Amino acid sequence: MNEVVLYSVLSIGGLGTLAAIILYFVAQRFKVIEDPRIDLVEEKLPAANCGGCGYAGCRNFAEGIVKSGSLDGFSCPPGGSDMMKDIAEVMGLEAEEKDPMIAVVRCSGSKQEAPPKTRFQGLNTCAFAHSLYAGQSGCPYGCLGEGDCVVSCSFDAMYMDENTNLPVIIDDKCVACGACVKACPRSIIEIRKKGKKDRRIFVSCINKEKGGIAKKSCKVACIGCSKCLKECKFEAIVVENNLAYIDFDKCTLCRKCVPVCPTNAIQEVNFPPKKNRKKEEEKSTEN
Amino acid sequence: MKTFRIGGVHPPENKLSEKQAIEVLPLPEVATIPLSQHLGVPAVPVVKKGDSVKTGQLIAKGEAFISANIHSSVTGTVTKIDDVVDTSGYRKKAIIIKVEEDQWEEGIDTSDNIIKECNLSPEEIVEKVNEKGIVGMGGATFPSHVKLQVPKGKKADFLLINGVECEPCLTSDHRLMLEKAEQMMVGISIQMRALRVEEAIIGIENNKPDAIKHLRKLAENYKGVSVEPLKIKYPQGAEKQLIKALVNREVPSGKLPIEVGCVVHNVGTSLAVYEAVQKNKPLIDRVVTVTGKDLKKPSNFMVRIGTPALQLIDAAGGLPPNTGKVVNGGPMMGKALNDLESPIAKGTSGIIVFSDDESERVPMQNCIRCAKCISVCPMGLEPFFLGLISDKQRYEECEGNHIMDCMECGSCQYVCPSGRPLLDQVRIGKLNVGKMIRERG
Repeated sequence: MNEVVLYSVLSIGGLGTLAAIILYFVAQRFKVIEDPRIDLVEEKLPAANCGGCGYAGCRNFAEGIVKSGSLDGFSCPPGGSDMMKDIAEVMGLEAEEKDPMIAVVRCSGSKQEAPPKTRFQGLNTCAFAHSLYAGQSGCPYGCLGEGDCVVSCSFDAMYMDENTNLPVIIDDKCVACGACVKACPRSIIEIRKKGKKDRRIFVSCINKEKGGIAKKSCKVACIGCSKCLKECKFEAIVVENNLAYIDFDKCTLCRKCVPVCPTNAIQEVNFPPKKNRKKEEEKSTEN
Repeated sequence: MKTFRIGGVHPPENKLSEKQAIEVLPLPEVATIPLSQHLGVPAVPVVKKGDSVKTGQLIAKGEAFISANIHSSVTGTVTKIDDVVDTSGYRKKAIIIKVEEDQWEEGIDTSDNIIKECNLSPEEIVEKVNEKGIVGMGGATFPSHVKLQVPKGKKADFLLINGVECEPCLTSDHRLMLEKAEQMMVGISIQMRALRVEEAIIGIENNKPDAIKHLRKLAENYKGVSVEPLKIKYPQGAEKQLIKALVNREVPSGKLPIEVGCVVHNVGTSLAVYEAVQKNKPLIDRVVTVTGKDLKKPSNFMVRIGTPALQLIDAAGGLPPNTGKVVNGGPMMGKALNDLESPIAKGTSGIIVFSDDESERVPMQNCIRCAKCISVCPMGLEPFFLGLISDKQRYEECEGNHIMDCMECGSCQYVCPSGRPLLDQVRIGKLNVGKMIRERG
């Protein structure tokens, strides 16, 4: 009885030792040397794996940074510039200051402004609706309201407003990863500069049709009248294909273009209400 | 009785306008002629604003190989060339003509005489068909001159004529086979000549016994032409299914029918070929079925291309107040119209008016894996699975599961007891897989 125990302990132990020796040499031979900085960089990243940087995930992004040895072309939208500074520290580099960005919905064609003329039944995704027809209001550029962008957002930064049937972006949660931009079949959403004190001015329309046709389907469409272009002193506005576009790098947020727009297609966000305008409005209502 | 092997459904036929003879609809006040009425590249206009055009005059030229000429269907003045909502649901370029009294272009024979003799060479026939802008009249609107040219190294054994009309409600092909059969027969013999084939088979579903009898009688005078009754099953009018049913050959995945020596043309196309070759008449009118349970007078109209759909509905008794949806094409494969002013195009085979109750979709429930969709899929696909992976955006997997073989007949969605939008999901998958394939080059 004792002998059996002894033999088995010896043989199993011997096999184990042998395997350990083999494994030791194999490990020596096929050792993978990994830069320890990858782990350090990864620790700093938000671990959301959103793909906003263009890499498959946070680990992949960290590998990319360490491999290239510089921060050129690398940016993590959710982390922002503070986090990039931390990473630069780890890498012994200096981070560039980058303006914070945010996603902006460039369509104001709500149920009220662009009343639906048809009813849609079918697979409730924007991609399908887009493949079928111009949309309930008849605007072939406008929001379809099925919420593909909301589904694509991994940060809970979007929701559909039931009153307007348009997506709304929550400023504090949006990290400008660009997932919604890719999800929208009509490219309505754009990543724009967050702006000083979160103030932004943008043309909330991407309709390239002629003014009359655009106006037929939506009251707040840009008709390409160029009034804003004449008003802007900073050459920040371009009008192409019956559509105005405000370049956020040139825009100084002077707000002069906003009141001249005849269709109210230019939107201002997070500005304090203008006193003069308010008085004017009051006057007009009195009259 | 012959039919195709796998899948298929038999929806209620509802051929309400079966007994209504073809009526010629009066000319519209304004004709809107879309520049993209065919598969392939849109035609390029050769007239400008202010020009006066005659009926049958060339107004837009198809310049690419897969494209088709477009002729004016009316006499009048071009008021503008503008974007108009067409049957695609989007605004597309169209030529808008204010209609005056009909005056035909010189050289077009508008008499009723039937000219049987045709001594043109195959090349000349193809040239004529190309010149007169003939496209497939079944609905796919593939330019016919392309189909009448056999590619080098291939040989056509059979010309198959599609008189199946498997879509419920539609009766335009049925009426054509009864009323214009003699012209059609000449058209078939011209097509045989162009393709250099000895045998033509006309496939007709068994719910049209009068058409089968009539065509059989006429076919006795034409060598090589035979009529084959087919079991009633949707989608028998699809090219691959018709080939399987008539000559028991199977078109390989991703290949064209010529691969198995077959060319398929619709009965309407045969008539158009006859008119183009023998009478010099371009494709400017077609038969359209206007039907619906609540419509006062379901009818078959001979309509000029460019007539607004609303005019047809008005002629059939007006739009019922409880209309929920108006569909362009058949009830299975047709598409809801966005705008009732959309013009009739070369591929419009029917206008169907559905009531509110009929047009409502069943609420969607979970898939219960009953596999009904698999058993009815005529292409042998697994629609529930394709829908699932397409929804999850796994498009590579979609391609591996042969999503591109789907012809969008809609049988799967028709039988689904859970009311799942299978076809919608598959369409999105096809769209994205198509994009992937194009990017790959």
